[in-house]
Amino acid sequence: MVEALRLRDDAAHDEPAVTLDAFLGQSNATAVRIEAGDDARLLLPHLDRLALIEVSFPKFRDGRGYSAGRILREAGYTGELRAEGDVLVDQIPLMRRCGFDSFAPAAPVDPAALERALERYDHVYQAAADGQVPVWKLRHG
Amino acid sequence: MLRMVPLPMLGRNLQVYQYDTYDQSIVDARVAEFRDQVERRLSGHLTEDQFKPLRLMNGLYLQLHAYMLRVAIPYGTLSSTQMRVLGDIARAYDRGYGHFTTRQNLQFNWIKLADTPDILEKLAKVEMHAIQTSGNCIRNISSDQFAGAAADERTDPRPWAELLRQWSTFHPEFSYLPRKFKIAVIAADEDRAAMRLHDIGLRITQQDGVAGAQVYVGGGMGRTPMIAPLVNDFVPLSDLMSYLEACLRVYNRYGRRDNMYKARIKILIHEIGVDKYRAEVAEEFAHIKTLGIDPPQAEFDRIAAFFADPAFADTTADAPVDRSDAGFAAWLDQNTHAHKRAGYTIVTISLKPTGGIPGDASADQIDAMADLAEAYSFAELRVTHAQNIVLPHVRSADLRAVYDRLVAIGLAEANLDLITDIIACPGLDYCSLANARSIPLAQKIADRFADPVRQRDLGELKLKISGCINACGHHHAGHIGILGVDRKGTENYQLLLGGSGAEDVSLGKITGPGFSEDGVVDAIERVTDRYLAERTDGERFVDTYRRIGMEPFKEAIYG
Repeated sequence: MVEALRLRDDAAHDEPAVTLDAFLGQSNATAVRIEAGDDARLLLPHLDRLALIEVSFPKFRDGRGYSAGRILREAGYTGELRAEGDVLVDQIPLMRRCGFDSFAPAAPVDPAALERALERYDHVYQAAADGQVPVWKLRHG
Repeated sequence: MLRMVPLPMLGRNLQVYQYDTYDQSIVDARVAEFRDQVERRLSGHLTEDQFKPLRLMNGLYLQLHAYMLRVAIPYGTLSSTQMRVLGDIARAYDRGYGHFTTRQNLQFNWIKLADTPDILEKLAKVEMHAIQTSGNCIRNISSDQFAGAAADERTDPRPWAELLRQWSTFHPEFSYLPRKFKIAVIAADEDRAAMRLHDIGLRITQQDGVAGAQVYVGGGMGRTPMIAPLVNDFVPLSDLMSYLEACLRVYNRYGRRDNMYKARIKILIHEIGVDKYRAEVAEEFAHIKTLGIDPPQAEFDRIAAFFADPAFADTTADAPVDRSDAGFAAWLDQNTHAHKRAGYTIVTISLKPTGGIPGDASADQIDAMADLAEAYSFAELRVTHAQNIVLPHVRSADLRAVYDRLVAIGLAEANLDLITDIIACPGLDYCSLANARSIPLAQKIADRFADPVRQRDLGELKLKISGCINACGHHHAGHIGILGVDRKGTENYQLLLGGSGAEDVSLGKITGPGFSEDGVVDAIERVTDRYLAERTDGERFVDTYRRIGMEPFKEAIYG
């Protein structure tokens, strides 16, 4: 398994993630993996016992996981949210804005390119799941 | 903390949106980001497959012969300074031409990949960019080219469009949608932006003194044309971003991703039904509205202030326009529209001279139009979805001077909305998707109907040509539409009648078997001859078609 790039301070969760079906079927697992087509809202009643949610990005063009990430954060999930699969360096800043704080790209990411990408934008136009203050709020205090 | 500081680049007295330090920092960062991405591509760190969505989100396409760069002209409004920079880029990096598009943007067709970061830097210096002019994201917001000038508008739609531009720029959740996403905003009864042929169409309105929008979702052209149904009759401004976010989230989660030809939101709405879609959006909206993502009224007001009226002159002593010159009078009748202010007129410059390429302008013509805007239209220009240019605020007393100058630069064609005012996609001459050429056909049709008297006699007749079923030339929405297809290795043209992209929106129907290039020109002539024989007083071509139906035209074409 690829070592995840983690942008959070707590210790990595080492329990393997189970499928959504397995999780909903009476499992007491604390880590779950959802596929791109799964409904993230099915997890909402169980967020307080989850430490890791892994969201699959089967192809970099498949953007369903961005909505899944925001939905989970908007519902108050504070555990690790990991983007796994065809995750490209230029997408990681957007994924961060949608609440992802852990990344397991199938192909290695150049750390220097990632650092540049994450530091590139000082400002954002819209509120999302990362707490960045949108410029309309900065403009009006 | 950074203070909001207006930047001095475009000049104080303009009626276009002007960047503050926040806007500028975002666009500058985009230039640096793209420079980085291009370097990684050129050095082999990115494969073409990985680079493609990145360059596309910056409007850079790989076409048949070169890269094409599509520059955003938000809601079709630009200043003379910005227009001049487009001319400079055409000269320095292209072959001296720019091509104005049906999304009110501008394309350069002969660009080198390695030059694009420098071009974007030049654009950023005049508050322009190529952000989201392509890719499966929210595209350039389009609007009424007469916004802020039209006699028939309720309010200026551009502050709404600018609010949407900012909201949609680098939207983190909606940058990898199932497919591209186009939004248009209008605020007049007449629809000059093909609003209901967009993924989302907004018509600004009021209810009980509160400003808001009617929201139409799921229109579009392409291979499955659909007219957008009304999804919400009134969303107040204070809820609009949340509501649109809900519309997009439902699409992002449930839109089809298994087949790119079925991935537009119109297919989702068609498959689940508008009622189910509306209910899903309502549920999502109820949740999103609690997140506090709608900008305050003060932000709308800040933006709206940029679009205040220019300092119109007192025109009460102006002499009436002298119409004694027939050429000038014809141009006045065809290419000008009523302005909301007495003594002023809206001028449309036709980019459809006979024999020309629809929407093309040379660098010198681009400069000359910028000069005209500075001298006669408060330094402001508009791009229309029909690929023409508008001088929105011309003092009527100056119309003759404007016309004379247009004659001198070869842009005085008096054919707005006539049969030679053709919308055409780039077609097989440029585009890697095309099945057939569009531009040479447009030129042949324009030649056939070149006689100005004949054109005027035919009256309003919107002719639109697409070189493949992706419908970039809006053939479904043409009073007469032409679709180029490939039939066993030869170019073949299908003819459609009865479409409209205006407030009387409708989709054209195919007449029958297709034609060769010359054959379709002949068929159009038989169609227009039949129209002339059948029309009653005051009927436009499309009115006659709607009254008498397809049969008489079929009979004229196929005998």
